Amino acid sequence: MMNNKEFEHIPQEKFKFVQMDAHLHDQKFETKARSFFADAMLRFSKNKSSVVAAWILLFLIIFAIVAPVITPYQITDKDKRYTNAPAYVHGISKLGLGIMDGGVKRPSLNEASVNALKGIAQETGYDPIIKVLGTTSTTVKERGQLVTKYYHTLNVNYYYEKGIVYSVFSHDEFERIQAWQDETGIQVIYPYVDEAIADGNANIWYEVDSKGAAKLDKDGNFVPVYSTNKAIEGSPYHSQRIPGDNGDYIYSVSKSGSVQCRVNYYNYYWYLNGHEPMYVFGTNTMGQDLFTAIGIGARFSLLFALVVSVINLTIGAVYGAVQGYYGGWVDMFLDRICDILSGIPFIVVATLFQLHLAQKVGIVPSFLFAFVLTGWIGMAALTRKQFYRFKSQEFVMAARTLGASDSRLMFKHIFPNAIGTIITSCALIIPGTINSETSMTYLGIVNLTDFAGTTIGTLLSQGNAAVVQAPHALFWPSLFIALLMICFNLFGNGLRDAFNPSTRGVED
Amino acid sequence: MFKYISQRILYMLLVFLIITCMCFILIRMLPPTILPPGDPHAAIIEARREALGYNKPYMVQFGIFLKNVVTKFDWGVSDVLYSGQNVTDIFFSKVPATVIVNFYSIILSIPLGIGLGIFAALKKNTWIDYTISTLTMVVISVPNFVYAFLIQYFLSYKLGWFPFLMKPGTDWFSPAMFVSMLPAVLSLSFSVIAGFTRTTRAELTEVLTSEFMLLARTKGLTKAQATVRHALKNCLVVVVPAIFGQFIGVLGGSLIIEKIFAIPGVGGLTLAAINAQDYPIFMLVTCFYTAIGLAASLVVDISYGFIDPRIRMGSKK
Repeated sequence: MMNNKEFEHIPQEKFKFVQMDAHLHDQKFETKARSFFADAMLRFSKNKSSVVAAWILLFLIIFAIVAPVITPYQITDKDKRYTNAPAYVHGISKLGLGIMDGGVKRPSLNEASVNALKGIAQETGYDPIIKVLGTTSTTVKERGQLVTKYYHTLNVNYYYEKGIVYSVFSHDEFERIQAWQDETGIQVIYPYVDEAIADGNANIWYEVDSKGAAKLDKDGNFVPVYSTNKAIEGSPYHSQRIPGDNGDYIYSVSKSGSVQCRVNYYNYYWYLNGHEPMYVFGTNTMGQDLFTAIGIGARFSLLFALVVSVINLTIGAVYGAVQGYYGGWVDMFLDRICDILSGIPFIVVATLFQLHLAQKVGIVPSFLFAFVLTGWIGMAALTRKQFYRFKSQEFVMAARTLGASDSRLMFKHIFPNAIGTIITSCALIIPGTINSETSMTYLGIVNLTDFAGTTIGTLLSQGNAAVVQAPHALFWPSLFIALLMICFNLFGNGLRDAFNPSTRGVED
Repeated sequence: MFKYISQRILYMLLVFLIITCMCFILIRMLPPTILPPGDPHAAIIEARREALGYNKPYMVQFGIFLKNVVTKFDWGVSDVLYSGQNVTDIFFSKVPATVIVNFYSIILSIPLGIGLGIFAALKKNTWIDYTISTLTMVVISVPNFVYAFLIQYFLSYKLGWFPFLMKPGTDWFSPAMFVSMLPAVLSLSFSVIAGFTRTTRAELTEVLTSEFMLLARTKGLTKAQATVRHALKNCLVVVVPAIFGQFIGVLGGSLIIEKIFAIPGVGGLTLAAINAQDYPIFMLVTCFYTAIGLAASLVVDISYGFIDPRIRMGSKK
């Protein structure tokens, strides 16, 4: 105190400005200031795998948005005959590339089966045989004679193979099909064949032996046996006729007030849907277009996961903020609640919510609640940690000295520091939610088909049931979910590394 | 240490009790399953329900339930699924399949996972490390039912190495049974292996760069000696609790894998109980899964304390 006295009464002229001129000697930064986010983005873009993952993710999201819009099908379109059908697009199949040609392998077909396929080809004009993959011959003794039998392995067009089917129409519908035939020139209805000959197989239009195999004439041609019995004709036919018909053939028979006729299913499909079959991924057991179904399921999964993560992040952030900011007994009490909630297995939560709430508030909201009940805990723990880290730092103390309220301190001063962590955990919560949602719908614990049309889990479950007949119905949804998971996780990890300040400046 | 463990156990028991109570009341609040008309067991079940106090307040019901469980280990009888049978017997008949399948998968995963992790850490920043790390990342991300589909289609159907579904029967240790379990074991193992690899690699790379490793090398140990004696030991501090956690988690099994391969285990029982709304079975599996989850975290906590004295010391404060 004594020494301080010496500095009293210093004459004014002894004071001197450190700097008088307006010019600052520190150089102004020439470069543009870079924000925290720009910095993080820069680091993120250096992580190649994450960038690739981000692009694939973007593609998958665009697929989920666009696919249900551009497809000619609705999710409710279920074709009864084209079930478990392989991928087929007419324009691409014509190129003969071996993709999307509706090809299925039919092993060991005997001559009669091959003739049946040829019969379909000759009658409908659509040749089911894409390619002969191999022929084996075996010599067997039959009635004392050695007979060589040939077996063919063929690649057969699934769609053309259906050929002709029996269908029953009302008289009006029959007339409408004829009108459509006249308009487009596409033959849907084919001449009727006596049922005694056909024996229930709509594809037979030629002479057959007792086993149903074609009896060919001397030149190896089919012998047509179309019915000309006008007495059984169901409804007058006045549309285009097939070549070789001079007006005698009948095209329908009467069937309890309606007409039954033989229709070319491929063309009939064309008539019904206004376009040829176009299944980019094929169809599933239900006869749904997989392309549409995956799009619809993906859209639901992504939207649902987004909603869940937004809600969970909000709850978790507020909860964690209160926990971390106040600490002490508040923290302890809230932590005990977390412990209890996180101890309940998710499957139990989902089931109980379904049983209690599904009838009152609907299946989707109750499923959402199940995710919300325990989903925020991880987020709360993260925020709490960040709050413990920042709350005793100087800038917080400064703000408090200035009289900032608790909520202002929490959300204006401390919270922005935790935003990187939160964005990262968002990118990691979404795949977790999608995974659980897919599992639950796969297991059938929740059934969302009424609300969402279909879900990836439902598709997987249907595909798994028919894995032998139609592996593609399992492949596409599996590929989608696997890609989505990998990309989300890679993307999330990239974000975490980008936002994590501990790796700042570390380049390796 | 003893105090720490007993505290943790008591706390876990409390949490378990609270969860059980909540689930119990929520389940009892549901209308009881209506028995099919003319069910021969209806009389027994009605009598049991009366004895369990179905018309009394929920807390009284919970008291009766607790008393039965604690004194006689009686979890009630099944309503619909196995009409009139004792739930505990049904449950314990389902446990072996789940435990054995998951046990095999852990046995397979530990050496593979840790081995790959050590290998990657030793070859840090080489193409081997990058390949292993990327693969680990990918394998962890893909849900394990996708592996199940792949294995079922390619190994069981295309190549015909394994049966499509698990063999029925209770000859758990016969060779045929082992072969039929393998697809499920493999599909479960992928993510576990990847998990162990990731943990081991992360830990070991960190330990390998620490100063005591330099000291060990300076005092004349070869790289192998230093790695095995010093680095590995320290890295196990994190890896061993993870293994313990997995072991407990084994009991829970995977619902999806059990469904795909038709394993007659706890997961299948859970699903059946949910679909048939058989509440006594559901109550038991709820408690079972809760107990497993809590026990896993308890074991992880305690084993940390056992293996690493630093953590033990910290707990005394």
